[in-house]
Amino acid sequence: MRAIAIAFLAAAAAFLAACSTSPTDEQKGAGVEERKPAVGTVEQPRVATVDVTKSQPGVNLLTDPSSILSKRSIYYDFDKFDIKDEYRPLVEAHAKYLRENSGAKMLIQGNTDERGSREYNVALGQRRADGVKKALTLLGAKESQVEAVSLGEEKPKSEGHDESAWSQNRRSDMLYNGEF
Amino acid sequence: MRFHIRILFFALAFVALAARAQLSIEITGAGAQRVPIAIAPFAGENAIGATPITQIVRADLERSGLFRTLELPPLNPMPTEATSINYAEWRSRLADALVVGSVGVLPDGRYEARFRLYDVVKQQPLGAIAYTLAKNQVRATAHRIADFIYEKLTGERGVFSTRIAYVVKRGDRYELQIADADGAEAETALASFEPIISPAWSPDGKRLAYVSFEQKKPVVYVHSLVDGRRAVAANFKGSNSAPAWSPDGRTLAVCLSREGGSQIFLMSPDGSGLRRLTSSPAIDTEPRYSPDGQWIYFTSDRGGSPQIYRMPASGGDPQRVTFEGSYNVSPRISPDGRTLAYITRNSGKFQVALLDLVNKQVQLLTDSDRDESPSFAPNGRMILLATVLGGRGVLSAVSSDGRVKQRLTVTAGDVREPAWGPFTE
Repeated sequence: MRAIAIAFLAAAAAFLAACSTSPTDEQKGAGVEERKPAVGTVEQPRVATVDVTKSQPGVNLLTDPSSILSKRSIYYDFDKFDIKDEYRPLVEAHAKYLRENSGAKMLIQGNTDERGSREYNVALGQRRADGVKKALTLLGAKESQVEAVSLGEEKPKSEGHDESAWSQNRRSDMLYNGEF
Repeated sequence: MRFHIRILFFALAFVALAARAQLSIEITGAGAQRVPIAIAPFAGENAIGATPITQIVRADLERSGLFRTLELPPLNPMPTEATSINYAEWRSRLADALVVGSVGVLPDGRYEARFRLYDVVKQQPLGAIAYTLAKNQVRATAHRIADFIYEKLTGERGVFSTRIAYVVKRGDRYELQIADADGAEAETALASFEPIISPAWSPDGKRLAYVSFEQKKPVVYVHSLVDGRRAVAANFKGSNSAPAWSPDGRTLAVCLSREGGSQIFLMSPDGSGLRRLTSSPAIDTEPRYSPDGQWIYFTSDRGGSPQIYRMPASGGDPQRVTFEGSYNVSPRISPDGRTLAYITRNSGKFQVALLDLVNKQVQLLTDSDRDESPSFAPNGRMILLATVLGGRGVLSAVSSDGRVKQRLTVTAGDVREPAWGPFTE
């Protein structure tokens, strides 16, 4: 029992060390075995398996209804583009996810209600999507991970023609790769 | 077996539905003074076995709002282009103009339609033409005849032979369709499960630029109509939209968000030679060239609300063009360059306005409340637009003096995003 615990700690230490080393550290460390081995182990460092044939744990986080990351929509007031306070935790959670999953890519689709010119609405939806992208990158997501586009008034969530429908349609949706 | 029959049944039902889904036009207003014109049925025109030529010519002229076609009693013998005309007799039938003609069969099985146009008031012939046609060219020939009559009697070119593009949404299916200016002979250029917007005709009428969302974002395509070949013109990171052709067909103005915001860029229709035209922190979109190619009109909210501006197509300082109201978008310059049609928000209603660029007078042309996408006929006489009637998208047309109004409807689905094509030879 104790042996298993020690082995686990050793593996965790090795993993964290691997995570925290920058490329120059790695070069320096190569072939220099002066570090004190952890107590009681004489094994080689473990090899961590990356298995992309199975769904990754992160994907479940994105779809698990109990995870904030499963929420993808930000709604706006009429003629507004700012992210309301109630959506801050959502944007922060997605920024953290993008930060921690550098392979993850996101498409932000800005949307408007049906009133006015279709092309002008494409530009208004773009302003909403650009705002979400800016917030995500300020919170640490990489520019290359996020694309902001607009669907204008073309993809309403609600087909109605009153304020209750329009309020559903003034939104930005965040989609991860594989979802669009 | 039963399964196959059922499939056949559904296929037939679908064909029937597609056949019925044709634009029909209703005239809801007309010009004050309409020229009374007598169009005698062409001798032998029923032998072709399609809609009679003169029926199509009559409908074309009536639809323009400038003509009133006279009901004629059965005439025996029917006058033709070979008959000598009794002007007094036609004058007493209250005709200002008269069209007579005939259709003959050629040795190769095709037909020849011959006709003459007379000015009954001045008692003089105005011209005669013969067209050779196959059975499937009846409508095209009738539109040519109507164009001839229209031009001779009004002094301006007719648009009955031109075509229109528009988008039909039926369920979750979008179709970019091309039809004759009277809504007949509709053909689908593109069918998609994602939206299609902003079709724009190339000046030669052979290609359409448009925005398709089939890649889950707006991408600009250029599509050759005769062979269906399409190519991506603009698919940069971000949104790509609002294509507009320069009058020489060599440049496409587009709205891109690749450098942040929505800004206007110029490029070749093949996507090469990209250069940025506007530089503002605001929205700059919906570019349109003036007919002389010197100016680009566009929508911008740089002043706080969306208004129409213009700037030299070679770059330079934008000037504000619209001043009345807080929402003026979708600029379209008339073919003669003298007026600007656009959509204005007027007490919460979106309507078509016309600005005289010389004397700066603004006139509201419609009284509907959800107008979009105005489009001038190539002779500048009518403006085609999208509006909503009874919860459904329909096309409508209004004369540029506001007097004549037409409504074009399809039997099923929403119609939107009309674009009137250019004159073609």
